[in-house]
Amino acid sequence: MSRYRIPGKGRVDPSAPVTFTFDGRRYQGLRGDTVASALLANGVHLMGRSFKYHRPRGAVTAGSEEPNALIGTSRGPGRFEPNTRATVQELRAGLVTESQNKWPSLAFDIGAVNDRAYMLFSAGFYYKTFMWPRSFWDKVYEPFIRAAAGLGKSPTEPDPDTYASRNLHTDVLVVGGGAAGISAALVAARSGARVVLVDENPEMGGSLLSDPSIRIDGQGSWAWLADQLSQLRAAGVKLMTRTTAIGYYHQNMLGLVERVTDHLDQPPQGAPRERMWHVRAQQVILAQGALEKPLVFDGNDRPGVMLAGAAQTYLNRYGVKVGDCAAVVTSHDSAYYAAFDLVDAGGRVAAIVDTRPTVRADLVEATRKRGIELLTGHTATATYGRLRVKGVRVNPVSGSRVGAGRKIACDALLISGGWTPSLHLFSHTKGSLRWDAESRTFLPDHKTEACQIAGAGRGLWGYGPALEDGVKAGMAAANALGRNATPTGARVEGDRPGTGTSQKELPTDRSAGKAKAFVDFQNDVTAKDIRLAVREGMRSIEHVKRYTTNGMATDQGKMSNINGLMIAADALGKEPPQVGLTTFRPPYTPTSFGAFAGYHKGATFELTRKTPIDPWAEAHGAVFEPVSLWRRAWYFPKAGEDMHAAVARECRATRASVGMFDASTLGKIEVAGPDAVEFMNRMYTNPWTKLAPGRCRYGLLLGEDGFIRDDGVIGRLSQDLFHVTTTTGGAARVLNMMEDYLQTEWPDLDVWLTSTTEQWATVAVNGPNARKVLAPLVEGLDMSDAAFPHMSVAECRVAGLPARLFRISFTGELGFEINVPARHGLALWKAIHEAGQAYDICPYGTETMHVLRAEKGYIIIGQDTDGTVTPQDAGLDWAIGKAKKDFVGKRSLSRPDIVAPNRKQLVGLLTEDGSKLEEGAQIVLDPNQKLPMTMAGHVTSSYDSTALGRPIAMALIQGGLSRMGETVHIPMPNGTIRAKVTSTNFYDPEGERLKA
Amino acid sequence: MLLIQCPYCDEALPELEFAYAGEAHIARPADPSALSDEEWRDFLFIRTNTRGPHFERWRHIHGCGQFFNAVRDTVSDRFLMTYKAGEPRPVLNALEAAE
Ligand SMILES: [Zn+2]
Repeated sequence: MSRYRIPGKGRVDPSAPVTFTFDGRRYQGLRGDTVASALLANGVHLMGRSFKYHRPRGAVTAGSEEPNALIGTSRGPGRFEPNTRATVQELRAGLVTESQNKWPSLAFDIGAVNDRAYMLFSAGFYYKTFMWPRSFWDKVYEPFIRAAAGLGKSPTEPDPDTYASRNLHTDVLVVGGGAAGISAALVAARSGARVVLVDENPEMGGSLLSDPSIRIDGQGSWAWLADQLSQLRAAGVKLMTRTTAIGYYHQNMLGLVERVTDHLDQPPQGAPRERMWHVRAQQVILAQGALEKPLVFDGNDRPGVMLAGAAQTYLNRYGVKVGDCAAVVTSHDSAYYAAFDLVDAGGRVAAIVDTRPTVRADLVEATRKRGIELLTGHTATATYGRLRVKGVRVNPVSGSRVGAGRKIACDALLISGGWTPSLHLFSHTKGSLRWDAESRTFLPDHKTEACQIAGAGRGLWGYGPALEDGVKAGMAAANALGRNATPTGARVEGDRPGTGTSQKELPTDRSAGKAKAFVDFQNDVTAKDIRLAVREGMRSIEHVKRYTTNGMATDQGKMSNINGLMIAADALGKEPPQVGLTTFRPPYTPTSFGAFAGYHKGATFELTRKTPIDPWAEAHGAVFEPVSLWRRAWYFPKAGEDMHAAVARECRATRASVGMFDASTLGKIEVAGPDAVEFMNRMYTNPWTKLAPGRCRYGLLLGEDGFIRDDGVIGRLSQDLFHVTTTTGGAARVLNMMEDYLQTEWPDLDVWLTSTTEQWATVAVNGPNARKVLAPLVEGLDMSDAAFPHMSVAECRVAGLPARLFRISFTGELGFEINVPARHGLALWKAIHEAGQAYDICPYGTETMHVLRAEKGYIIIGQDTDGTVTPQDAGLDWAIGKAKKDFVGKRSLSRPDIVAPNRKQLVGLLTEDGSKLEEGAQIVLDPNQKLPMTMAGHVTSSYDSTALGRPIAMALIQGGLSRMGETVHIPMPNGTIRAKVTSTNFYDPEGERLKA
Repeated sequence: MLLIQCPYCDEALPELEFAYAGEAHIARPADPSALSDEEWRDFLFIRTNTRGPHFERWRHIHGCGQFFNAVRDTVSDRFLMTYKAGEPRPVLNALEAAE
């Protein structure tokens, strides 16, 4: 048995020792321990170094609000987690833990010199110390700050664990499984409501677990608890332990994170490490209890100093006494019970020092009876010791006079500055708080959600009142659900009622300026920092918080916010509510990224859309690229080819003979109905009325602001049916826009819109031999140039498959696009590939498609346009139906800024030295101007063109269309490149090849 | 996550099924060419940016696909009501009284 374990005490299993390591040393704890309780059982208080001053620190709490005892835990490669609270992490066999923020060792840490360089780090130090000169930042200040400050090390390997996510709907969700939560859940469940009760601890019970001496309904509190839990189960309540309610969102939605495997010696194969529950509850009951505050005085952070309630928990729940001889400094009655329990368990308490002048008579009597010295009306002014507290200096206070100090020797100092109702979740809902002058604390006031707050969370103290309040909350929730609930009563014996005060830093007879009286332990903020912030002009608590970083650590000020407010209010000479309380935000406790990501990582981060032809591309060695959610074949390298060689070969083969391309990702929308042509006239810039069935047209879609949104070839299959194609990435957007106009602006039009992107597979066949490849496969259509000229569409059969055949070209070559039902896509591809063997048909990917289209000056929406490009800018005036009275965006084409001269226009660029420009490179007109230069535009597309035997580029340049033949300049790191402005139609400008 | 009542499906469904679609009750002018540059600018760009109840459009994009209107309080992020496209703009006082 460990030195500080008391046999027979606690809820740990003495027959189940568990071995773990801390900083490389092996320790033994018991099943049921946390890392903190196991270390304390071994007499280890020093668990970490503080953030800024590297001061030695120990566990100050026994729960999730712990600011000090942050450790790294690991379970093999990739399973390292920094900043885990030792007070939360349950012991498991083989657990490897390490302390943080120390070098070279926890006991001897070089960074502790920061502690003596206090002035450098006082409030606002980020703003002051590291101000000047600028050149010091990169080399001096930043490395120093990074080395000095900081929490644990980030894991460096990918997390191999999985994280689950679930939805849960319930009538009542009760947060907090203490006395109030349990009674609320039981009353609500007995009314017939579906109830879920969650608690962040490994077992339900809350503070009952730390108060075994209470008797409820004639039973010991632990027996009563066990009985209540079985009644809850019998009533169908879903009990969820190790589950933290991290956030409370609109309409009673809460996020819960369940820790599934971190406590297990051997997690079951495939079990998720954590599970995020998205809960929607009709009614919520917040029974989260209260959090104890420290007292603020010099040296209140030394290892061995801890909250009295925490010491009581270590004793009663874990069977661990936190020292051989404790002293207590308190301003709340609750600390007396911690002292009593300690003495009753055979421990020693040297003295109880109370800041209040008078104390309840029964507490005085119980103190005296146990032989504990009681000092009322006292203050604490220092602690002694270095890596462990050795004593506390206390002084009598009368009025504002602090008397002579006296040392009380102790190896554990239990402090209590009263309790703060835990209203974090309530605060997430923007529920308002009200200052209660009597208890000097904030209590819940106006609610915005359907919720109840019960127990210590609304300032009630003692088990009797908490149980009663839980019943009330359970009944209120049941009644709100329209159910009848029956009140229950519970008789509590040996209850531990209590009151206390909240206060600023304790008075001292020493220089307050030299005191290191910590308010925020995790961010190393002292009382002096807060007073300094006020002296330097901070008035609102929000400013004080940011200037001092008080309450900004990962514990979100659970221990520090109220103490900080008391001190700031005192410094400002105002009442605390006038200074205000900062807002709590989710998550309640630090939450792993994995829990938030859930299933959305790796292959399931987002879906990958694949075309029906994708398997063929994969089997034939295609290199893929993502295009919106699609994966598309980028190029098809042959053995030994790099991308450049493969693309050059694909380009040559297509222009010389024939190439084939999987165009299935193109967006497709069927526009059908008697008013289809009217709808098309209103949506697209082009005129559609005279487009005969069987013909196609390039369609241009603008926003109402006149800027290009999308484009694509549109075929008219019959009077009332259009086959619209959109860009790959724009399909959903275009359909949404069409639906918007159809539903809300022109509901009178009789038109139906159907997305057919995934219903059609599309193969593009381009090149002078395209017809020769296809003709033998086509039935029911005369494919001759005369019968089926460029920009034709027809329904026919291709390779025996029902098809919509377009004669269109995105390459400048004779081109066809064959659409077949998606399930036949692969068969069509294979049939064309086989038929094309006689002509060395070349499958090509998106890169070759891009090069071939650029050689013709065909734009790519989103690459050559950016949402500020008009049809005129892009040289697409010809696509505008000038005779049409109206279409989406038409009015904007005559807006002053759209018709203004010198807009950026799309042109071609040919470099003088034959180098290839970088896409995105900025263009200037005068390369000799002073810096910063005036930029006249940028390169939008740039490729090596095999057809032209040189690189080509497209660019948006101010007044570009009137600069044909001029030279522009592209400054690059290795010198300025000169380029000539040209037309974008680089290849076959007369379009002869289309007519083949 | 909000629950939004789709007036077409007549059901409160998670926000994830919906897409925001801008301020409501801004009809496209019947004849844009008749508008001055300033009037057209206002139609395009000028929005109320209300603090409080805001008339706005949503689409049940992963559901029935319908666009509809809503009144949402931009301070509390609470939906006061939803109604079908084309229905008249509700009177605010009555809504607030009902709150
Ligand atoms: Zn709907």
